[in-house]
Amino acid sequence: MASLGQIVEKVRSKNAGPFWLTVDIFCGSREAFERVSTGLTSARVASVFATDEATIKRFDIEALNVVKFSLPRPSIQGAVDDRDMHGASWAALLAELPLN
Amino acid sequence: MSQTRVLVPSGALGLNYDKQALRRGLAAKPDIIAIDGGSTDSGPAYLGRGVSKYSRSSTKVEWQGLMEARARAGVPLVIGTAGTCGADSAVDWMLDITREIAADLGQSVKIAVLRSSQDGADMARAYADGRITALPNAPEISAQVFTDCSNIVALAGAEQIAAAIQTGADIIIAGRTTDTAIIAALPLMNGAHAGAAWHGAKIGECGALCATNPQSGVILVDFDADGFTITPMADGANATPHTVSAHMLYENSDPFILYEPGGHLDVTQADYSALDARRVRVTGSNWVPSDRYTVKLEGARPAGFQSVLMALLRDPRYVANAQEWADDIHAKCCAKVEDRLNLTALDFRIEIRLIGLNASFGALETRAPEPVEIGVMGIVTAQTEALTGEIAKMLNPYLLHHPLTQAEEQPTFAFPFSPADMNRGAIYEFCLNHVLELADPMDAFSLEVVEIG
Repeated sequence: MASLGQIVEKVRSKNAGPFWLTVDIFCGSREAFERVSTGLTSARVASVFATDEATIKRFDIEALNVVKFSLPRPSIQGAVDDRDMHGASWAALLAELPLN
Repeated sequence: MSQTRVLVPSGALGLNYDKQALRRGLAAKPDIIAIDGGSTDSGPAYLGRGVSKYSRSSTKVEWQGLMEARARAGVPLVIGTAGTCGADSAVDWMLDITREIAADLGQSVKIAVLRSSQDGADMARAYADGRITALPNAPEISAQVFTDCSNIVALAGAEQIAAAIQTGADIIIAGRTTDTAIIAALPLMNGAHAGAAWHGAKIGECGALCATNPQSGVILVDFDADGFTITPMADGANATPHTVSAHMLYENSDPFILYEPGGHLDVTQADYSALDARRVRVTGSNWVPSDRYTVKLEGARPAGFQSVLMALLRDPRYVANAQEWADDIHAKCCAKVEDRLNLTALDFRIEIRLIGLNASFGALETRAPEPVEIGVMGIVTAQTEALTGEIAKMLNPYLLHHPLTQAEEQPTFAFPFSPADMNRGAIYEFCLNHVLELADPMDAFSLEVVEIG
């Protein structure tokens, strides 16, 4: 089974301020967008980041072939248990997710 | 109505800019040069300490280039969030650099200094009065938080930048502002379409990140009564409807809505069209004014002291059993610290992150690699520097010699440094994600005009 990262052009994560993380999935084509938009549920994203699905904001942006998720940061940026100040590593967890 | 042309040299002072592209931008006769000087993105220590993350020398070289450009163009130069965090101490640092450059260049300049730092006691009172409210996912706070902070800043909007521009200053050094305010202010003063002013400012605030060749920095944003146009200045940098609209995703939790002091931007209906291969025209952005005028607050408070130790595991047996080894060290070292320093588990924190195994994600890691070697990062946090040093020195022998089994010969691991423990000093944490309501936009800010030369 292919991973999300193999299907799409790029998966990017960044801080959206110190309290939120945002993940942009640039699908690169309409076909890949449809596959991600229908195949990647918010519940699955919530489980990857061990968070509550209700806290996740989701945007399926057809015009850009982008699926975007924003969620409370797994740790507040720079808190003693934070592991990634800029939040850019988190994309890898989604990119490595197997997708039908 | 005339256009307003804003030249943005780069996404932040300290990230450098393409000099040829800057000359090209100046030749296009901008009405203002606007650059951002900061962000929370590098973490709470910069706000906590009130200092810049960038080298003073780099800042001076790049700022001198912009001061020379301003003098040639005869238009205002504005920097927002000076010195990374925009606290008063960072604004003063930037003002000091500006004085040095003005003296070096023999420039006579009028400088407007906008200060954004907030007094903790004032903010505690505002909180008690119900004028401070939480944004989504804000930490739980009490009035105490405000006096605990070493620095609190309020994010100025277009109104405060406009006040600074109206002084007739050549240079505006602003403390914390929203990224967009320094770009949106002049177009709004000139009567540009409000939605376009904020939207164009958001697209332009990271410089050429909204185009191809993103590291080239320099872009022009033209604002008018209907919309805005983005024109990158560097060779090989092209704005396309895709690169421009996709920039709304960048570091934004919502790609369609952007909250600013005094209202919010809604780009749901925006239309992005290519004027040619390089330029993009945007219309249909909507500004929705709010009933209350609020500014966002950022605060950082001390969170103890920290020391870090590094060791390397290369022995295959230790690499294969690194987690078990680290867990055993953690348990034994914590017990020793509690016993010898007469502490409880709540008084200190020892963490051992295994680089090469799961240091990025901890328990969320899904892969199980077979690394050649593992970096061991021991992190010790406690309430005083002396205590942190003591605990780090107790962790040291474990990271150097702890065996997997009692029966084997004592192992020794690689320490890259002497001393092994690195004192990080005081650490800080972000503790506010709130807005402050103001009766007048200038209430939380101060404006000073300084004449040099």
